Amino acid sequence: MILVYIEHKAGQVKKVSLEALNLARQMASSEGTSCKAFVVGNDSLSVELGNYGVDEILKLPSADHLSQDQMVEVCSQIMASNNVKYFILGLSTLARSIAGQISIKTQSAMISGITGFRYDAGKGIYRKSVFSGKAFADISSTTKSSVLTVTANCFSAEPVGSQKANETIVELSIPAAKIKIIETKLVQGKTPLTEAAVVVSAGRGMKDPSNWGMIEELADLLGATTACSRPVADVGWRPHHEHVGQTGIAIRPNVYIAIGISGAIQHLAGVNNSRKIIVINKDPEAPFFKAADYGVCGDLFEIIPKLNEALKRLKS
Amino acid sequence: MKLLVCISKTPDTTSKISFDSTGTKFNEEGIQYILNPYDEWYALVRAIELKEKFGGEVHVIHVGGSSSDMVIRKALAIGADAAFRVDIDPKDSFHTATQIANFAKAKDYQVVLLGKETIDHNASEVGPMLAAILDLPFLSYANKLEINDSTATVQIEVEGGVEVVEVQLPIVLSAAKGLAEQRIPNMKGIMDAKKKPLEILQAVECESRIQLVNYILPPAKTQVEMVAPENIDRLVSILRDELKLI
Ligand SMILES: Cc1cc2nc3c(=O)[nH]c(=O)nc-3n(C[C@H](O)[C@H](O)[C@H](O)COP(=O)(O)OP(=O)(O)OC[C@H]3O[C@@H](n4cnc5c(N)ncnc54)[C@H](O)[C@@H]3O)c2cc1C
Ligand SMILES: Nc1ncnc2c1ncn2[C@@H]1O[C@H](COP(=O)(O)O)[C@@H](O)[C@H]1O
Repeated sequence: MILVYIEHKAGQVKKVSLEALNLARQMASSEGTSCKAFVVGNDSLSVELGNYGVDEILKLPSADHLSQDQMVEVCSQIMASNNVKYFILGLSTLARSIAGQISIKTQSAMISGITGFRYDAGKGIYRKSVFSGKAFADISSTTKSSVLTVTANCFSAEPVGSQKANETIVELSIPAAKIKIIETKLVQGKTPLTEAAVVVSAGRGMKDPSNWGMIEELADLLGATTACSRPVADVGWRPHHEHVGQTGIAIRPNVYIAIGISGAIQHLAGVNNSRKIIVINKDPEAPFFKAADYGVCGDLFEIIPKLNEALKRLKS
Repeated sequence: MKLLVCISKTPDTTSKISFDSTGTKFNEEGIQYILNPYDEWYALVRAIELKEKFGGEVHVIHVGGSSSDMVIRKALAIGADAAFRVDIDPKDSFHTATQIANFAKAKDYQVVLLGKETIDHNASEVGPMLAAILDLPFLSYANKLEINDSTATVQIEVEGGVEVVEVQLPIVLSAAKGLAEQRIPNMKGIMDAKKKPLEILQAVECESRIQLVNYILPPAKTQVEMVAPENIDRLVSILRDELKLI
């Protein structure tokens, strides 16, 4: 059986969990096995998940938010008690933390950050990005069961039908939490960078933090999340969580728009898996143009305000 | 306080990546290895800071062959007290975690620190696996760590923000940006490092759980389309018609 862990909040399933379901469905049909979903919490997701081809929902009702150590326990238990061959999670910060732990507790192989999949001679082969995005590795597992995590924006999250999945309540023992959550501080509103389909990013070419209004405006117009280069976060022009690159966050949006960023190799390491890259830079020699699909060589202080005006006109 | 920092090495990012003709072996020729930045800048420095505050020792451990001794010496130069190297090339993350766990078990480390990820494969796998083998709580992507008696208060990165959590020691923790400030080794540190112990350990038997089928290089970028800066209309049409953003 293939089991997908569904992350959700306020009745809303995380997109990357739906993308994980896409991989799970492909694998289930090739292997002639069922594809089930594991839901922790009280949200009712049977209609939505049914639309994504889930055969059955295994649900662990819980009014409380489980801590990561509790999640490891319940996921390991459900894997063991259901003879799960593949346990799949969308790659979120939670998944990054718990998937490896679950693999140990269940003696499974662990393949993380899957970006593609194929069958070869009856064997699943998973593709992932390695060497800071400069290459891919194809990997297979050599054990009876595997824990897999799926990178965001690599598989489609389109619904495949309209059925309702049956919900089965499972009983698992939830141990006392070892990790106690004291406080959660969330930046409201925006899609997290790792999941964003569109990212508008800016660098030292902006000259001053007070100039970022036009970047935020462009991001709003495009429904994008904002990011920045490292020096800009280092000097405090932008918050640290926006820093992308080798030492920041690695992202793979459908569209990455880089404004006033030179395209140093350490920056590219975090963004070169973006599907399409647009570069706006006044220096024709900027290395970023070599990694771009579209380039505009000119002054951002002229281009961005005009572009924003044009987009506003289009929208009204 | 006894602290253990797991250190890995990684090709310098400016390295040109290539593979042998079978596509299964990474060409190491001409590759410059560096100490993995997350391990060096954040995990190791925070461990040293805690030692400076509470006393004790910082040990570093690495799983790899003798070509890694350079990066291990760097960790000693920054301020680790002793180093251990398990003399085997890692087969996969499970293999690495097993070797480290075998060393760390029954040694009473209060905090085991790792980097958030090794930047050449961005896996973030060794930390969670190590914690699970040692049966200790795992704190992933920590950017603040304070210790008070036997309680650690840790701020971890979560989607779109941070979470502050409390946990009893001992713990395993992976370090993200912000946990500490990078320290540059000074001359004295570099000299002292030569005299610090670097113990070589035998690996334990462990089967890897994954198999590399092959590596591939991404297809070369097709030509970039340059748009004139005055041509805002074309830019809009790219965003609207080609990329379907509006
Ligand atoms: C170990 C290591 C790790 C690193 N990790 C990262 C990382 O994770 N992420 C990261 O981003 N960097 C990282 N760096 C830093 C990286 O090497 C670069 O220094 C950095 O990315 C440069 O940032 P930038 O492009 O914003 O600034 P600059 O390199 O200064 O580029 C500014 C660009 O803006 C353009 N510009 C200026 N004015 C205008 C204008 N009016 N209109 C249009 N264009 C304009 C300029 O032509 C220039 O290309 C790392 C470095 C090291 C050594
Ligand atoms: N060969 C190794 N020896 C010691 N520690 C390692 C090794 N490989 C990885 N680590 C540690 O595990 C962390 C996460 O690495 P990874 O799971 O490879 O992304 C690194 O930042 C190191 O702290």
